[in-house]
Amino acid sequence: MTASTSSVAAVMSGPAGRRGWRARLTAWRVPLSILALCLLPWLLPSQALAVNVLIYGLVAVGYNLLFGYTGLLSFGHAAFFGTGAYATGIAIGQFGVPWYAAIALGILAGGALAFVIGLLSIRTRGIYFSMVTLALSQLVYYTALQASSWTGGENGLRGFTVAKLDLFGWTIDFLDPLKKYYVLMVFAVAALWLVSRILNSPFGAVLEAIRENETRARACGYDVERSKLISFTLSGLICALAGTLSALHLAIVPLDILHYHTSGMIVMMTLLGGAGSFFGPFIGALAFLLMEDVVSLWTSHWQIVVGGVFILFVLFLPKGIWGTALSWRAGR
Amino acid sequence: MDAELIAMQLFSGVALGAILIMVALGLSIIFGMLGVVNFAHGALFMVGAYAGLWVASLTGSFWWGLLIAPVAIGAFGMLIERFLIRPLYKRSVDDPLLLTFGLGYVLVEAVRIIFGSDGIPFQTPPELSGVADLGIGFFPIYRLFVVAVVAVILLLLWLGLEKTKFGLIVRAGAKDPQIMRVLGIDISKVWLLVFGLGIGLTALGGVLAAPMRNVNPEMGSLVLAEAFVVTVIGGMGSLVGAIVAGLLVGVAISMTALFAPEMATIVMFALMALVLLVRPHGLFGKPVRG
Amino acid sequence: MTKESKGLPFLTRRATLAGLAAGGATLAMPGILRAQGETIRIGFPTPLTGPFAAEAKDQVKSAELAVKLVNDKGGIAGRKVELLVRDDKLNAGEAATRTLELIEKDKVHAIVGALSSAVQLAVNEVTRARGVIYVSISQSDTINEIKDFSRFTFHEALNPHMTTAAVAKHTFKPGSKVAYLVADYAYGHEMLRGFKRAQAAIGATSVGEILHPFGAADYSTFMPRLRSMRPDILCICNFGRDQANAIKQAVDFGMNRQSKIVVPVLLHNQRLAIGPEAFEGVIGGANYYWGLEDTIPAAKTFNDAFKAANGGAYPTDYGAYGFTGVSSLLLAIEKAGGTDTDKVIAALEELKYDVAKGPQHYRKCDHQSVQSVLVLESKKKAEMKNEADLFKVLATEPASETILRSCSELGFPA
Repeated sequence: MTASTSSVAAVMSGPAGRRGWRARLTAWRVPLSILALCLLPWLLPSQALAVNVLIYGLVAVGYNLLFGYTGLLSFGHAAFFGTGAYATGIAIGQFGVPWYAAIALGILAGGALAFVIGLLSIRTRGIYFSMVTLALSQLVYYTALQASSWTGGENGLRGFTVAKLDLFGWTIDFLDPLKKYYVLMVFAVAALWLVSRILNSPFGAVLEAIRENETRARACGYDVERSKLISFTLSGLICALAGTLSALHLAIVPLDILHYHTSGMIVMMTLLGGAGSFFGPFIGALAFLLMEDVVSLWTSHWQIVVGGVFILFVLFLPKGIWGTALSWRAGR
Repeated sequence: MDAELIAMQLFSGVALGAILIMVALGLSIIFGMLGVVNFAHGALFMVGAYAGLWVASLTGSFWWGLLIAPVAIGAFGMLIERFLIRPLYKRSVDDPLLLTFGLGYVLVEAVRIIFGSDGIPFQTPPELSGVADLGIGFFPIYRLFVVAVVAVILLLLWLGLEKTKFGLIVRAGAKDPQIMRVLGIDISKVWLLVFGLGIGLTALGGVLAAPMRNVNPEMGSLVLAEAFVVTVIGGMGSLVGAIVAGLLVGVAISMTALFAPEMATIVMFALMALVLLVRPHGLFGKPVRG
Repeated sequence: MTKESKGLPFLTRRATLAGLAAGGATLAMPGILRAQGETIRIGFPTPLTGPFAAEAKDQVKSAELAVKLVNDKGGIAGRKVELLVRDDKLNAGEAATRTLELIEKDKVHAIVGALSSAVQLAVNEVTRARGVIYVSISQSDTINEIKDFSRFTFHEALNPHMTTAAVAKHTFKPGSKVAYLVADYAYGHEMLRGFKRAQAAIGATSVGEILHPFGAADYSTFMPRLRSMRPDILCICNFGRDQANAIKQAVDFGMNRQSKIVVPVLLHNQRLAIGPEAFEGVIGGANYYWGLEDTIPAAKTFNDAFKAANGGAYPTDYGAYGFTGVSSLLLAIEKAGGTDTDKVIAALEELKYDVAKGPQHYRKCDHQSVQSVLVLESKKKAEMKNEADLFKVLATEPASETILRSCSELGFPA
């Protein structure tokens, strides 16, 4: 496990002197993330924004596993994010399931959908892959719109507000924004730790090999299809977890969560922060949401700013904020 | 349910198919020749409608709008290719897709700033308004006109691609840009023109759609979905594919509208998913590199 | 106007970030602050971006006018009122986030706003859990039902049931053949249900219903069937852009020659966006139209104040909701002598107000504002006296609980 990590790090970091710095950053990335996330609600303008950064950061991290590390551009990840949210909301609202079980159900539902959509879509390649994921996720969107007795249709799902969390005799006031943030953060951190483990494992190296050159990876004897499917499903599971957290946070599930605009936003955040890097997606989500929040208070034409910044990044900083910072540090 | 209604419904489906072909044409050409997935397609369609509206209001004639707006927006498209898309050719196929995605945001918001976020009225030109009696039912004259325009455009495109030297270069360039460079042909000029042509056709679609659908900054977002569905079902980059797929989708929507009308949008995506699962590169498309 | 109101909260945020500097300033002038009392803060989420931006901007202008009129009189018991406008982007998730921010960070005393039904229900959910007063100004039947009831929420807008009842009363005749084109989502179904109930009471008959997908752009494939139904009245039950597209294409297909086109709600800004030709003769309901000033003194006062504050522009239907919603809330706060939640709720339940369109009051069981419904007909271009002269007021259905669903039908205990 460690051998493959250091070999990847060695390939990526170039000059021998820099290797130690990169390796140390990799080793400490989970504790560093925890520290940053603990500070987040104190640094941002509002706690509601901090929770959103947490949730969208997690979606982007999940998405990055597929886009950044495996090189597959999915345009349908809203489906898993949304399914996680809907399953949690329905479990609590219609079946009275306890919140922790509802989270588990949400993750399972989103993961199961990711497995099915993954199975169907990895047969296609390149642009067609993006289009199939887009089409299948639109089907999920219209299904949710039609199944209004379950999902609330266009009005959105509601009626499952969790005001208090009960666990082992403890009761946490879930309407208190700070307590809510730290509870949700525990789940996000667990997911980050999992992603870090996956990336450090030999499987993580296989994914990067597929991204770099699929034909060569296949020639090396890797089961490319199976690896892609596992990556797709894991990515969907993490997005589904983010969805369940979003449902608990907002106490509603808006139908827009399944719209392809949400998928597009996930892509933008990941790219903005830096696809294929561990911290990138979170930084992208933070930058995107902060930009949107601040600019939309100043002008209702925030989209022109967000779109313009995105264009500049694609043109001049394709590695994103974090990726650029890393290569700048390494290049000095 | 009588035969006349079903015949009329079929006809509406074919007419809708023609409109969908028009909507998808620009996207299909640019992908087929340049391998660029233009996510700003819907936005440029909308910009075309606004440009047509603006020219028509200046000149007082729909016909000038129909003529000038596509040319102007086509030229604008060339600027996009030259300064935004060209730097990305050497990069991954995802990059132009992502860039145009951002460009779509910018264009929609720019139109909101210039023309306001509300829609603007666009009347059917008086010489084309009214309904025609087809024997099986009534149909707006303007829609018949659009079908005719689409037929003419397709014919011209086919002639241009199959019967001219430029068409030969374009087709060869799409297959192997390297060879063109060896032959001493400046492929970047060809691509500039093809991109401009694609965007011009997109804008033409916008102007033609303006009197049928309402002109507003969000009108492109549905168009993008429709164009993708048609292009992908037909096989990206195949002109014949786009035509067959457009008609197929139009008739599918129309027949669904007859028997289960609330499913008329979902059927489009279901059809696309189905086709891709059976033929991963569309009906007439060739497999693409990963 | 909009810029100004949005500038203020931005400054507040900056001040919060600056932290110490703001604290120092507060310490330096404690006397002044105490004398003035705490500002009454009202959160106002509305879709400033997206297809209803024009309506949203009118709402903001009208809400600001309501606040200004109170502040000009010295506020309420010496307390100034501040409106905190937020862009909900027509997205329920965004709206829930903004509402949380308004409650948790800006510590607002009440929320007014929302244009779409989904946004309204999201704000309702957030305010209900946190015990914050919410005056909703979006049209929906769902909010009246007991499942979504919140004792903190008051529903200022019309609901589809009352609108369709009024429109049907003045358009359907015994024996009329009615065909329905209905958007397939909650709001569409609510309107269809309302029309069909009225249709049965009047003795008209339905010749067919077609559900169309929500957000469709092309309606051509529905037209042959609608035409074959040969209706006297074509009832188009959808909203906004869907309505505009459906009406325009129905006219293109010549449907207006054989049938009268009727819609539940006519929107001022949509009519402006589509033009007089397609809308000519279309009949629909509304909560407000500036032409009411001929018969209702409060409308004249509101129009004049609005025009004076906005360079001569006329107030619109959805805009007026911003005015009546904020005004009723401020009247109740004044009556309650402060912002104590229970007292303000009691005051709202007792309130009789007439600020723009004649007498209104909130029904006790579901907190629905009982108010008049206008039935309008879109004018021909030749009949328009000016740019804003869009509609003819065919009838005004007076404020009465009889056009609402009964409390027991909504699920409330008798």
